[in-house]
Amino acid sequence: MSAGVGVNLEDLWIKFGDFVAVREANVNINGGDFFSFLGPSGCGKTTILRAVSGFLEPSQGNVLIGGNNMKGIGPNKRPTALIFQNLALFPLMKVWENITFSMEIKGASAKERRKRADELLDMIALTGQGDKLPAELSGGQKQRVAIARALCAEPDVLLLDEPLSALDLKLRQHMRSELREIQKRVGITFIYITHDQGEALTMSDNIAVMRAGVIDQIGDGKTIYNDPMTPFAASFVGENNVFRGRVKQVSGNEVMVTTNRSGDLMARVANGTEGRLKEGDEAMLFIRPEAFSLAPVGTQGDHFVTAQVTKEEFEGNTFNIFMEGDGGKEIKVALPNLGQSFESHQGEAMTLEYQVRNAVALPAGVLATE
Amino acid sequence: MKNFSLMRISIWVYLALFFSYLLGPLVIMSVTAFNSPGFPRAAPWECLTFEWFSALFQDERILNGIKNSILVGVGTVTLSVSMGLAGALMLTQIWPKLRATYYTIIIAPILIPGVVIGISTLVFWDRVNRMFGLDADSFLSNGLFLTIIGQSTFIASYCMLVLVARLQRYDTGLTEAALDLGATHAQAFRKVLLPFMRPAIASAAVLAFLASFENYNTTTFTFGEYPTLTIELAQKVRYGITPAISALAFIIVLLTVFAALFNEAHIRRKELVAAARKSATVEELGSGNFRLPGFLSSNTAAVVLVVVAMMTIAVVGSATVYSPQQCIADVKEQKRMETEVRIQELRQRRADEAARRAAEQADQAEQEPAVEAAPKPSNNSGFGGVFAPGALQDDGADASEEEPEKPGNDSGFGSVFDPNALQSE
Repeated sequence: MSAGVGVNLEDLWIKFGDFVAVREANVNINGGDFFSFLGPSGCGKTTILRAVSGFLEPSQGNVLIGGNNMKGIGPNKRPTALIFQNLALFPLMKVWENITFSMEIKGASAKERRKRADELLDMIALTGQGDKLPAELSGGQKQRVAIARALCAEPDVLLLDEPLSALDLKLRQHMRSELREIQKRVGITFIYITHDQGEALTMSDNIAVMRAGVIDQIGDGKTIYNDPMTPFAASFVGENNVFRGRVKQVSGNEVMVTTNRSGDLMARVANGTEGRLKEGDEAMLFIRPEAFSLAPVGTQGDHFVTAQVTKEEFEGNTFNIFMEGDGGKEIKVALPNLGQSFESHQGEAMTLEYQVRNAVALPAGVLATE
Repeated sequence: MKNFSLMRISIWVYLALFFSYLLGPLVIMSVTAFNSPGFPRAAPWECLTFEWFSALFQDERILNGIKNSILVGVGTVTLSVSMGLAGALMLTQIWPKLRATYYTIIIAPILIPGVVIGISTLVFWDRVNRMFGLDADSFLSNGLFLTIIGQSTFIASYCMLVLVARLQRYDTGLTEAALDLGATHAQAFRKVLLPFMRPAIASAAVLAFLASFENYNTTTFTFGEYPTLTIELAQKVRYGITPAISALAFIIVLLTVFAALFNEAHIRRKELVAAARKSATVEELGSGNFRLPGFLSSNTAAVVLVVVAMMTIAVVGSATVYSPQQCIADVKEQKRMETEVRIQELRQRRADEAARRAAEQADQAEQEPAVEAAPKPSNNSGFGGVFAPGALQDDGADASEEEPEKPGNDSGFGSVFDPNALQSE
């Protein structure tokens, strides 16, 4: 990967009146990275993007692009290009005029622009469609035109504001790999905003998980999925079963938690949170649906849970079993479909087993709301 | 079923009534432009003539009025469209809490009577003029300047309404996208916002021009030495109306019809081209083999436009060779004969009357001495004796003779305010 231009956010605060949209953000984005901000809508991720692109002045702190402080520099002077959520293609310009708008601004001749447009159209696999109007393109094609238009400006940093949210599922999956492909080819830094954890996990080198203006955790996809550092990150990225309780005993990297409804359960401490849980602390224990397997009914132990089956679902790649433990505790289990036969256990009690390394204990905190 | 057909008939009757109410006066007036009598009327039809058109084009005042109207129109369009655009942009940018207040203020000129705007324009700029210590013939008291300024005060509000409607559909993200791609604010405005606003600007300009062209209330105070067409027409009509004005109206109607048809044909053609583009394949578009639909194909408005244009050319062509002199002479001759017949009848009746009177007088003469009744000189005109040279003098003399004798009171109240009226009772 070529060394692109990095972006640093230093103690960044953005306030709208009394409302704090972004609180104390410190992020280092390496040059050439595909970096995602992941969070629910309204968490301030778009605000950060607008601060990087220059449409918003931070209330406090600095945005550095390639080491240069961007304070007081307008959006048209920054080496960034933004791909808008609604794409914002110029409706009255043809596709090739849209793509080369940044050249027109600089006074390039129509011939030069046409040539560059044709190159970029080849790159986004829209050869020969330059004379169409944006309204005559399909959603995915518009998407690619927007990317080509941004790339034509030869930015050091490309900012993408949920660009795939308006597409249907198939196209979204296709565009994911295409975006990653383009990013690898051009080698510039991509900053990607999304609320879709699947997008963030599949495409990004690094991800920042955001909640209500605060960055909870920064790390690569594997780290965030396997070693969430906050209950929010654990519950927002992927699915998780939560068991609330109190720490009974800490032994090295393993913790015994007395859960409120499911007895004593063992879990491991996530990397980076060592030493934060003490005996008697309120804790949350997270076990992913796919971490469970079936055990003989009634088995007791610190990594077994028994509950009643309330609903069964066949999803194709997995069998989903929804269970209810003591006091209405809901548990979701996803068993991989490996061709084995499944009998319905509707209404019956079942015992689940998990590996202690697949369960994570964290200090109690805010969860992501569905 | 019967009810249904009754319903249909009443709808058609209603439509006929509605359109005759709407277009009837225009049709009648257009007909009068081609009829030869000196007072505009459609019936009785006398002779087909085009002389009113030539009369129109020889009328210096009308031509001058048209010229001034166009000058004022162009000035008003420029000023009010740019003010309207600025106002509309401001409305979308302004702090939301102020928006309603700002909107009310900027719409207010539409609600203020044109007369008030006219007077206030005149007074205000006169003050400004004096403040700068300028003469009465300075630029600030120039009729053209004042009329443009005065009309623009309220026409700009109309323009703003038209422009705001379009601006509300504008995605400010487009401006941001342009800025993000390196454009300056001016470039973003010129290359992105302005092209988007173009259709609305065109409508606003047409609206402003028409509003300026037909304006009378405001202009009547401000025109100074630059009377516009409406002013000239109003002044002319005060001294009697000729079919030349109908001819002018006819030309305006015709131009309007042309403009409407042209616009309609243009829109229809755009739709057809868009439809053709949509159905064309990528290869056709790319290879340049893409064929645009013909101008006249399935475009009713274009066909009508061409037909009307050809009819106009035919009429103008025949007008240059057609001479109604023979017809006019015939009609004159016919009228003369009719008049003669009527005079004959009148004479006959008078002779009969005279004979009857003579007989009565002869009867009376037997009882009283004959009084010589000197007959007044007869006057056949419809105005009675008002144009007789001596009529006014006579009246004056009569009045002065009568006045001292009459203690009368001319007021509508009779003598109720007479101080003696109550006492005497």
